[in-house]
Amino acid sequence: MLITRKVEFSASHLCYHPGLSEERNRAIYGAAANIHGHGHNYILEVSLDGTPDPVTGMVFDLKELKDVLNREIVDPMDHRFLNHEVPPFDTVVPTVENVAIEIWRRLEPHFSGKVHLKNVRLFETEDLYVDYAGE
Amino acid sequence: MSITPVSDIRLSRRYRFSASHRLFSDELSEAENRAIFGKCANPYGHGHDYVLEVRVRGPLDAETGRIVDLNTLDTLVHEAVLKPFEHCNLNIDILEFRTLVPTTENLALVVEQRLAAQWKQMFSEPPLERVRLDRIKIEETKRNIFEVQSVR
Repeated sequence: MLITRKVEFSASHLCYHPGLSEERNRAIYGAAANIHGHGHNYILEVSLDGTPDPVTGMVFDLKELKDVLNREIVDPMDHRFLNHEVPPFDTVVPTVENVAIEIWRRLEPHFSGKVHLKNVRLFETEDLYVDYAGE
Repeated sequence: MSITPVSDIRLSRRYRFSASHRLFSDELSEAENRAIFGKCANPYGHGHDYVLEVRVRGPLDAETGRIVDLNTLDTLVHEAVLKPFEHCNLNIDILEFRTLVPTTENLALVVEQRLAAQWKQMFSEPPLERVRLDRIKIEETKRNIFEVQSVR
């Protein structure tokens, strides 16, 4: 059974690869390459896969899930400039793909028992989102 | 620039267009059309603000941190679908629907075919050639949603 929790965080970023020319950066990332950055209201949906516990009737304690999401994602990323304040985005371009992959990497070790992390869905805007389900 | 290679990630992009249609088949009688399609068979048609969601799937380009070039994807969707479909009468203006009832099931299939037809040409350069069309989803209204998997 899948359970999904949704959280939001707002952060600024820019998508600019220092190893590429200004022109290539502009071609690949468009306005997202603007050097002073810009921001988004990210919406994160985290899905866990497991079986309801016969006693509690729960796949996972949602309070605990909330705490993990706050500790690993929301607290370090909310109202931050990702490139400047949230490693590895000092060296990794914080595209929505890479942010979703980094979120997966932060969360996955917490769900290695009876439940496992099934999918991370990250909306950068209402019209652009990625799904990452690990390797 | 990613820590380890990522072989499979999906990206979904949403677009919007408004169009009219009439659900009616020449192969059915007036009474049969009315029974099957109800008010959707009204002679002058009606319209929707469609939301089209295009999902692509493939490996991450480690250098750019992208799975697909969004400009290329947007250009393809605009040229193949949005430009011809925006503010049109699907039954009259879109070739495929001269012989096909423009239900949103069929609309999703036609959109998939149009995008797939130009896909290889648009995404021929490395590393883009590894990205593939994964799914088309169309919201006819907030309550009626149709999905088709692309299996090419």
